[in-house]
Amino acid sequence: MQKRAYFKANWLAYLFIAPQLLIIFVFFYWPASQAMYWAFTLEQPFGGGNQWVGLDNFRAVFSDETYWASIWRSIVFAALSTGLAMSMALVLALFADRQLRGYRFFRVGMIWPYAIAAPAAALAFRFLFNPQSGVFAYLNTLSPGLWNPALSGVDAMTAIIITQAWKQVSYSFIFFLAGLQSIPRSLIEAGSMDGARVMRRMLDLQLPLLAPTIFFLLVINMTDSFTDSFGIVDILTEGGPARATELMVYKIYVDGFQGLDYSGAAAQSLVLMALVILMTFFQFRFIERRVHYT
Amino acid sequence: MQKKLIASTLALLALTTSAMAEKVKFEYWYGLTGQLGEQVQATCDRFNASQDKYEISCVSQGDYATALQNTIAAFRAKKHPTIVQGVEVSTPDLMLSGQVYPAYKLMEDNGFEIDWDSYFPGIANYYADSDGRLWSMPFNSSTAMMYWNVDAYKSIGRDEAPKTWEEYEQVLRELKEAGNACPSGYAPSSWVDLEQFSMVHGEPIATKNNGYDGLDAEVVFNKTLHAKHMKDIKRWIDEGLLVIKTRETGLSTRDAFAAGECAHFFGSIASHQAVTEQVDEGFAWDVAMLPVYEGTERKNSVVGGASLWTLSGKTEDQYRGAAEYFKFLAKPESAEFWSTVTGYIPVTDEGFDYLVEKGFYSERPYKGRDKAIESLTYTPVTPLTRGIRLGNFVQIRAEWTSQMQAVLSGQKTPQEALDDAVDRSNKTLRKFERTYNGKTLP
Repeated sequence: MQKRAYFKANWLAYLFIAPQLLIIFVFFYWPASQAMYWAFTLEQPFGGGNQWVGLDNFRAVFSDETYWASIWRSIVFAALSTGLAMSMALVLALFADRQLRGYRFFRVGMIWPYAIAAPAAALAFRFLFNPQSGVFAYLNTLSPGLWNPALSGVDAMTAIIITQAWKQVSYSFIFFLAGLQSIPRSLIEAGSMDGARVMRRMLDLQLPLLAPTIFFLLVINMTDSFTDSFGIVDILTEGGPARATELMVYKIYVDGFQGLDYSGAAAQSLVLMALVILMTFFQFRFIERRVHYT
Repeated sequence: MQKKLIASTLALLALTTSAMAEKVKFEYWYGLTGQLGEQVQATCDRFNASQDKYEISCVSQGDYATALQNTIAAFRAKKHPTIVQGVEVSTPDLMLSGQVYPAYKLMEDNGFEIDWDSYFPGIANYYADSDGRLWSMPFNSSTAMMYWNVDAYKSIGRDEAPKTWEEYEQVLRELKEAGNACPSGYAPSSWVDLEQFSMVHGEPIATKNNGYDGLDAEVVFNKTLHAKHMKDIKRWIDEGLLVIKTRETGLSTRDAFAAGECAHFFGSIASHQAVTEQVDEGFAWDVAMLPVYEGTERKNSVVGGASLWTLSGKTEDQYRGAAEYFKFLAKPESAEFWSTVTGYIPVTDEGFDYLVEKGFYSERPYKGRDKAIESLTYTPVTPLTRGIRLGNFVQIRAEWTSQMQAVLSGQKTPQEALDDAVDRSNKTLRKFERTYNGKTLP
């Protein structure tokens, strides 16, 4: 039997967490409950009145093929951008951990991109991706018209995935580096004494020991790419061309704010919320089992 | 010494605050940025300098859509402005909001006589209710024009702009044969290709007289001349007669024209100012009315741009100030200022005549802008050329654009794309109708 320490005076504990709870209530539960109400009604933009329509908004959303397309698109976006960001971050962290030349600078420098807001990053990438004058325009010297995110949906999707991945690298990098550095040196040294070379040590020692960090970053990155990709899409592609980059979160904005269809957007945001919750649940249920802590 | 200083500062402070307190302040949110935004600000400064009873404070909210979104959000928090600038197609959204103080009523209640008949019908009808009374004050107004490179035309032995699309195609062909790599720039624009095009051809965009006669209207643009036009455009692109120019790929159609790269572009008369500045003396160019298909009787085009709406929930003094500001904008001198610093056109006969009398349109750089008025007043308005009164039309525009992008990238034929656009637009309209269940357009 494990003995747990606890406070008798519960009110003190509640007092301490009250400010945090208040913030969560005001900025999450309250708007979410409002959205829940709107999702079952038809809401006039200026608030002139609304009427109960039951599940009609959800029916409209799910019978809309462009909505299903946006779900698949979001999943592809989340999987690819997360995969790209985490693998880049892992490689960089392994390098920094091996104390290659200049690692002191990179250890700090790699964190800077995280401080850049999504729209600012997207604006920078807009120049890089420009098919006529950007860095990517070199692709067009190989074969004219090879790269054109304004016309090709695949190119546009590639562009937002790269940008999202770039933005996420720093965050994953910090955690990977911290994870790597918390692996006892003695383990690595024991490995090398047994004749394991760098690659072998990475694959058989460091990666398995990093599993909890990898799992944590997987959840965070996936969630983030579902909910936080708005700025990138808005600045880089505005969801185009021909909806090729209209992710779920961007569609909510387009329908709700540009189209003034508040109820449809509210229904969509509930679906998005449910999807993220479901995804996180599955990740904990099925992937976490394979993770060994300590 | 120091005491004296403090005392005089306090006195000064008291003076200024009392002077400020006398002024009635009200807010105006607009949806223009950059050079145009600065000029809106200039109209506000001119108004503030012209009298000492009211103080208008003008705030840019980004583009039209953002201005409307922010206004709605502010309205729900009861922190909305007295005046908001609304893009032309948002007219039914604002009319049905139930939170608008109609302009005609505002002016009437404040005892201002406005000669409403002096407004160009192609402008007034867009903002008028079924009794012809204006619900908002027409402000920045334009219409769609064809910009053409006169020097390029000379190189193929022509000196006149085409009047029909058939002739236009012929010109494009000749230009291409003469080695012109971009006979015309093209970027899909619902406003030009669908809305203005349908107006000048007298073709319906939607049933119920483009929505004026009821919220149960349905769009029909997949079955009108517009469908033929989009097929032609696609064919011209495939033949290299039109070259796609968007901001994302480099130059917009306007910039490509102004750089001398493309020999035509279609756009608002408001661009006249920018093109004048960009081209400078580089080459000769002019504007012309949109071409029409052979066998079509040309009709009037309609306004593009935005108008000013007064919102409910403000004080009488603030409304009085708003009315004063509208009155100020309606003066011929204000029309002259606005047409000089921007490419927008005057909205009334009075303002136009004033400019004509001054010889405004007879010399560079304003020469040619009167063709926009000619286009707007080409015929008396017919039930199909009053404007568009369809709910959430901003979303329909987006739908159309997205479908056209699918055509340009070769995923759909123009007809398929238009059928899908119509189908989805009608869903938008039905939802709008249900949202305002039981309400009717004024």
